[in-house]
Amino acid sequence: MIVFLLVLATIIGLWLSRQRLASKPWLETGAPPARAEAVAVAPARLGLAVFLAVVGGLFAMLGSAFVMQIDEYPWQLVPLPRMIWFSTAALVAASLALHRAAGAARRAEPGRRDAALAAATLATLAFLAGQGLVWRALGDGGVVLSGTPAGSLVYLITGLHGLHVLGGLVALGRVWLRQAQRPGSAQARAAIALCAIYWHALLFVWLALIALFSGLANEVLALFGALLT
Amino acid sequence: MADIPHEAEADLPPLEVPDVMPPHAHSWLGKWVFSQDAKYIAIQYSGTAVAIGLVALVLSWLMRLQLGFPGTFDFITPEAYYQFITMHGMIMVIYLLTAIFLGGFGNYLIPLMVGARDMVFPFVNMLSYWVYLAAVLVLVSSFFAPGGPTGAGWTLYPPQAIMSGTPGGAQAGILLMLLSLILFIIGFTMGGLNYVVTVLQARTRGMTMMRLPLTVWGIFTATVMALLAFPALFVACVMMMFDRLLGTSFFMPALVEFGEQLNYGGGTPIAFQHLFWFFGHPEVYIVALPAFGIVSDLIAVHARKNIFGYRMMVWAIVIIGGLSFIVWAHHMYVSGMHPWFGFFFATTTLIIAVPTAIKVYNWVLTLWRGDIHLTLPMLFALGFIVTFVNGGLTGLFLGNVVVDVPLSDTMFVVAHFHMVMGVAPIMVIFGAIYHWYPLITGRMLNETLGQIHFWVTFIGAYAIFFPMHYVGLVGVPRRYYELGEASFLTTPVDGLNAFITVAALVVGAAQMLFLFNLGWSIRRGRDAGHNPWRATSLEWQTPDVPPRHGNWGDRLPPVYRWAYDYSVPGAPDDFIAQNDPATPDPQAVPHGVRP
Repeated sequence: MIVFLLVLATIIGLWLSRQRLASKPWLETGAPPARAEAVAVAPARLGLAVFLAVVGGLFAMLGSAFVMQIDEYPWQLVPLPRMIWFSTAALVAASLALHRAAGAARRAEPGRRDAALAAATLATLAFLAGQGLVWRALGDGGVVLSGTPAGSLVYLITGLHGLHVLGGLVALGRVWLRQAQRPGSAQARAAIALCAIYWHALLFVWLALIALFSGLANEVLALFGALLT
Repeated sequence: MADIPHEAEADLPPLEVPDVMPPHAHSWLGKWVFSQDAKYIAIQYSGTAVAIGLVALVLSWLMRLQLGFPGTFDFITPEAYYQFITMHGMIMVIYLLTAIFLGGFGNYLIPLMVGARDMVFPFVNMLSYWVYLAAVLVLVSSFFAPGGPTGAGWTLYPPQAIMSGTPGGAQAGILLMLLSLILFIIGFTMGGLNYVVTVLQARTRGMTMMRLPLTVWGIFTATVMALLAFPALFVACVMMMFDRLLGTSFFMPALVEFGEQLNYGGGTPIAFQHLFWFFGHPEVYIVALPAFGIVSDLIAVHARKNIFGYRMMVWAIVIIGGLSFIVWAHHMYVSGMHPWFGFFFATTTLIIAVPTAIKVYNWVLTLWRGDIHLTLPMLFALGFIVTFVNGGLTGLFLGNVVVDVPLSDTMFVVAHFHMVMGVAPIMVIFGAIYHWYPLITGRMLNETLGQIHFWVTFIGAYAIFFPMHYVGLVGVPRRYYELGEASFLTTPVDGLNAFITVAALVVGAAQMLFLFNLGWSIRRGRDAGHNPWRATSLEWQTPDVPPRHGNWGDRLPPVYRWAYDYSVPGAPDDFIAQNDPATPDPQAVPHGVRP
């Protein structure tokens, strides 16, 4: 959580540094002297970025809870089922496909765009199915929801991640609809690009979660602790 | 004042967002119920917040009746008392204060003050209100659920919050509370995205961040903070819900209840406290920062003087916002934390007092030699400053570990946070309503009723909370249904408790007068005309009062100056609106400035 907040603080700090906070607005009448403060991003894209910051905060908070739990009780670390790599591959494929779809939409190549969108949808469904199998494998391995807090956190965090993926699928459904109604419109192109950003972010969160569940985050923290002491 | 020569409007930077008229509702239902216009959404938010706030007010009366006259009212059982405490606290902090400052004032003022036609995502904005309303309805439904609402205290600390010994713990009460909070956070996130992106992207030409009124800075920073802090509460609520419903043990250690071993084990209740206060302390500033911003604008307008130290005020808002994320554990000194942590959090708590004090000094210096008009908004603004200083000073006492440990869990803490987080921001809400009511309705609120409302509220609040500090100092614990054998107290407090209760009843009754005034003045109030306070900021420069759909008629207003050009030497009037391109002649006779 601290790392996440530091990253956000840096972004906010950089933005603030461009807002002429040291200017004297009481002396300035007419046109503002410089235009450094502009945020040259479409509102929808900026809205998505802010939303992703909120989502990031949510997972950073849960990640902190997991790290603290493992720090206290290392034996609660859950062995990850091999199925999780299938899920990961599916999400990577979905993310790449959406990236291609956004590119094809930008270049006005409707055939490639639709093929990439279909591939992304299928890969995302495969990811969700894989998640179900991961949960089943966890249960078969004795890791149940009402077991150790660390095990419960794995279910909770992956469940919340899955919900975000589902929400993304709803958005992707709207993209399909928009394509059907207004094929090739600027709005439809922008919507695909937004989906791609969202999927990349969810993939990033997913990879961070795998590092977390495999105990890597605790090892890194232990290393920092050793270096500091 | 050294003005830079005025340049043509063409020199103003272009718009970030194309000037598009937002969707216009043609039916009554579309305009008043499923409205996408931020002004109507603001009124919906405010009306709902005030309605649920009245419930919380009645609950506070019931609590005070028990404390002032214990044993007199049979229907106030110990269980009911704890339910009243819990619901009063949660409603006031979340569903009234947060909702009205961000959902109410945020929605009404941001688009108007930045010169936008509406929020950038009007549909999401509408959804935000409806999810908020659902959250309120779920909360209210807990009053009618079997076992009633939760009585866990507004902090909802586990494990007791979900144990059968706590009212609503083993029934639906706690679940409805958690569900309601989750809904509130989802709704707020929708609104918050709008407020942030609108301030960043939809400002009109010439409106730089450093020309924004401090009201917008306060609401904007508070929204950013809330977007980062609410996920902690969201996570805490979801995890506790899992503990209660699905048998997980996130916050539950191994427990024995009524001689029976429960199926919990391995969790830590302290984790909940960290999550709760990681949200809870920024929440204080999520409420305070909009209040700081609004009060700055009220003082400048009604003292006819530019705000003192605008830059410092902006920096202080941003610094307070940042620091508020590293002070949370000062609420947990008695949880058994490592002394070094206590030292760290005591230090950060004291540091945050510095930018806060800068703001107080700047308000006082704005008043200094100002042309102070003791209008109702100004009276409430002054009431806020005095109350905030009082509450802030006792906060400095409590920020010190050695002082906090004996005072923690006494009525001193209750008095402190009611002064700083209850009375002070509510003073600003009243001041803001008296100030912007003419814009919203086109009519002035009744002055006589307003004066009575102010003086009864102000003096009454002090009659309640000053003695309460003393009651806490002599050792009366908080959250006690009745004191019983009270030989541990250095002084009997029965009389004081009865006095506080009577004062609370009177102050509560004065609020009914205010509500009457709101309703009466819509039809019978004096016609406000255009810009009755002669204010500079954009919301008063709309072609129509109240502003119509789209706010600005055919074209958005260009902005040529900051929002505080009052009593400018050489200006024909004692204010220059932000969209006025005229450059005053500094050689002319000064207007409205005392030599």
